[in-house]
Amino acid sequence: MKDLGTYAPNTWCPGCGNFAVLNAIKPVIGSLHEEGLPIENVVLVSGIGCNSKIADYINVNSFYSLHGRAVPTAEGIKLADNKLKVIVHSGDGDAYGEGLEHLIFAAKRNIDLTVIVHNNRVYGLTTGQYTPTSPLGFKGRSTPYGTKELPINPLELMLSSGATYLARGTSHGIDLLKKLFKEAILHKGFSVVDVLQVCVTYYNMYEYYDKRVYQMSGHDTSDFDKAMAKIREWDYNNEAKIPLGVFYRKEMPTFDGYFPAKEGDMIDRDARIDKMLKEAA
Amino acid sequence: MDEISVLIGGRAGFGIDRAGIVLAGIMGRLGYRLFVYRDYPSIIRGGHTFSIIRASKDKIAAHKDRIDALMALDSETLKAHKSRLKEGAVVIYDPESADPGPLPDSCRPVKLPVGAILKEEKAGEVMRNACVIGAFCKAFGIDWGVVEPVFRKNFGDEAGINLKVAKRGYDAAESITVLELLDKDPLPLFTGNETTALGLIRGGLKAYISYPMTPTSPILHYMAKLAGEFGLKVVHPESEIAVMLMALGMSYCGQRAAVGTSGGGFCLMTEGLSLSGMAEVPVVIVLGQRPGPSTGLPTYSCQTELAFAASAGQGEFSRFIAAPGDAEEAYGLARMALDVSWKYQIPSIILTDKTLGESAYSFDSDLIPEPEERGEVIWDRVEPYKRYGDSDTGVSSLAFPPDKDAVVKVNSYEHDEYGITTEDAALAGKMQEKRLRKDKYLGIDLEYLDCVKVYGDRNSDTILLCWGSNKGVCVEAADELGLKVVQPLCLLPFPAKQFGRALAGAKKIIAVESNATAQLAAHIKSYGFEVDETILKYDGRPFGVEELTELVRKAVS
Repeated sequence: MKDLGTYAPNTWCPGCGNFAVLNAIKPVIGSLHEEGLPIENVVLVSGIGCNSKIADYINVNSFYSLHGRAVPTAEGIKLADNKLKVIVHSGDGDAYGEGLEHLIFAAKRNIDLTVIVHNNRVYGLTTGQYTPTSPLGFKGRSTPYGTKELPINPLELMLSSGATYLARGTSHGIDLLKKLFKEAILHKGFSVVDVLQVCVTYYNMYEYYDKRVYQMSGHDTSDFDKAMAKIREWDYNNEAKIPLGVFYRKEMPTFDGYFPAKEGDMIDRDARIDKMLKEAA
Repeated sequence: MDEISVLIGGRAGFGIDRAGIVLAGIMGRLGYRLFVYRDYPSIIRGGHTFSIIRASKDKIAAHKDRIDALMALDSETLKAHKSRLKEGAVVIYDPESADPGPLPDSCRPVKLPVGAILKEEKAGEVMRNACVIGAFCKAFGIDWGVVEPVFRKNFGDEAGINLKVAKRGYDAAESITVLELLDKDPLPLFTGNETTALGLIRGGLKAYISYPMTPTSPILHYMAKLAGEFGLKVVHPESEIAVMLMALGMSYCGQRAAVGTSGGGFCLMTEGLSLSGMAEVPVVIVLGQRPGPSTGLPTYSCQTELAFAASAGQGEFSRFIAAPGDAEEAYGLARMALDVSWKYQIPSIILTDKTLGESAYSFDSDLIPEPEERGEVIWDRVEPYKRYGDSDTGVSSLAFPPDKDAVVKVNSYEHDEYGITTEDAALAGKMQEKRLRKDKYLGIDLEYLDCVKVYGDRNSDTILLCWGSNKGVCVEAADELGLKVVQPLCLLPFPAKQFGRALAGAKKIIAVESNATAQLAAHIKSYGFEVDETILKYDGRPFGVEELTELVRKAVS
């Protein structure tokens, strides 16, 4: 398999959940390549946050964008050339906080992108503040007495917004991550994989998750209402069991499909503009 | 009659805008050169709206305050614009729906039973405009044969009934004077927004992305209309933040992309602007100025964003700023901005405003200079690809995904030549120097181009200094008073040498600007140029020719 590493030194903390995501996505890209996907067709887009450093660590095309803005950047890339496989790596502060508007609209458009959210439920790079998915009462550096707001359930929001592939994995389950990433990338439409990824330094949830997660079986992924019910089993706040795997999958027209791949005809432009001017006179 | 100014006004929703364009079209067919100023409030129905249609034998880019004909669809129009009437001006109105009050003795009222005509023809209220246009044409001795094709072109399927109503107005009015037919080919009528769009398309535009905002929404509409014809990708996303980032995504893949907005939207674009600077991903921004601060006067005009455009975005990076003054310059500079952006991999800002964007001009494509050859630097495929490879000019060669021989990595963080993040002190310094070096070479390019325009009496030692849409009005005021006009087209990098030559021998420099703080005067000060006086207007309305002429006359006496 093609070596997809770079010379960039990895600066994640030892034990960081991001390693699991990196170690899952690299072989997935590698295997897609072996199955015939030209490696140059892969574009990785990241926002800003510990997770987003992944752009430096994988030797494929990448656009290391702004905090919250990975999704619209990726949309522009996909609209420019829809044969590209565009994979977004984003954090929970990134995708669900600063850039939530873009995520909702991308889901609404069902644009053919894959968004992998490294959801550690804490701001790592800015050293430990609450995020949109931190539980009620989370004591972070900006909320030393505990948050006074409930978390959002991002998958519920994504399902209502029109995303057509929704799944969840954890950083203690690399085989599942590989399966989900590959399916999400191959899915034609807007796919989101929420990865419960653990920040060992600011919010170590390994034990918590290990006790509660289970892999769904026999769930009907084509049924919207059943998907919503499954997604609502755990609301990122209660003490319920946490389902992992695919919640929802549907084929729908994609936004990028409406833009002709055909390049604008540059050669005739002068003549056509001249004709327009003449006709307007 | 060398020229004529006509004002048509009524409530928003009366079709005043279209009436203005039809009147301009008719006079254009007679060989006149047009300028149409449109004044409307930020509401959809109701409120006073008007257009001033000025036709001249010479090419013009400004309106006059005084008018030869007033076409009033309501009393408000008569009241608001009576004071503009020249000696012997024609006033067309329907006494049933508009009360003129006392009119000046010298004027020639044309009382037109518009309401009765509409009733007889079973025509809608919105066709009042067609009726008064008909009457105007008769009053000014315009042959009916000239009128008909213009109606057909502008009203499409509804031309029939509109023409019927117009003909009734034509027949009901008397002939007062004759607007002579000129021996000149008609020129097409375009707004500055439209010619900005056409210039971008000619510059190789592949994608236009915009969130609606006055005064640049018409560019979005026009691009959307032309998308099929020119193979454009036209997108209207959720916000200006998304607009900017989508455009950068497109550019990253090698597609020339532009965005359009006004000051408020540009605020949201600034993080993306700074990303364009750092990641060296080109983008062109059409920044149509309207008065702020904040929501301000949404449908009016100003020149308040020069300082903002010049400094927007965190950090220090190169950018190109150009300010066109009329429809031809909008076309030429839009095309040039795309080329500059792609040659130097920097953001370009085209500073327009509501007056330039939404006014209609007779457009003469012969006045647009031929473009320079200035293509982007494409990777030679010899050395391994480095997205940020250093060079003498600071410009790195471009490759676009998918390229089987190149991994293309762009980065908002400081980065090395391959695009990998770095915090190394020596490398950070080197990369910043590389990016800013482009500024110097772009500056040299600009000195060889015609970036500073001079008009009027070149021997005069009194100079009217202007930029953007004030060009037309300044040229006319200067012609009247025997002064010289200097208009920089490029504002950043500033072509200081050319500008210095244009100012040589000046004893008095008067800056004319549509803002309250004389932003161009402040801008040139940093290059060592001082203005002696300023004439500033910041009520959202453009200078009229007579108004500015008087202000300048006072300033020079």
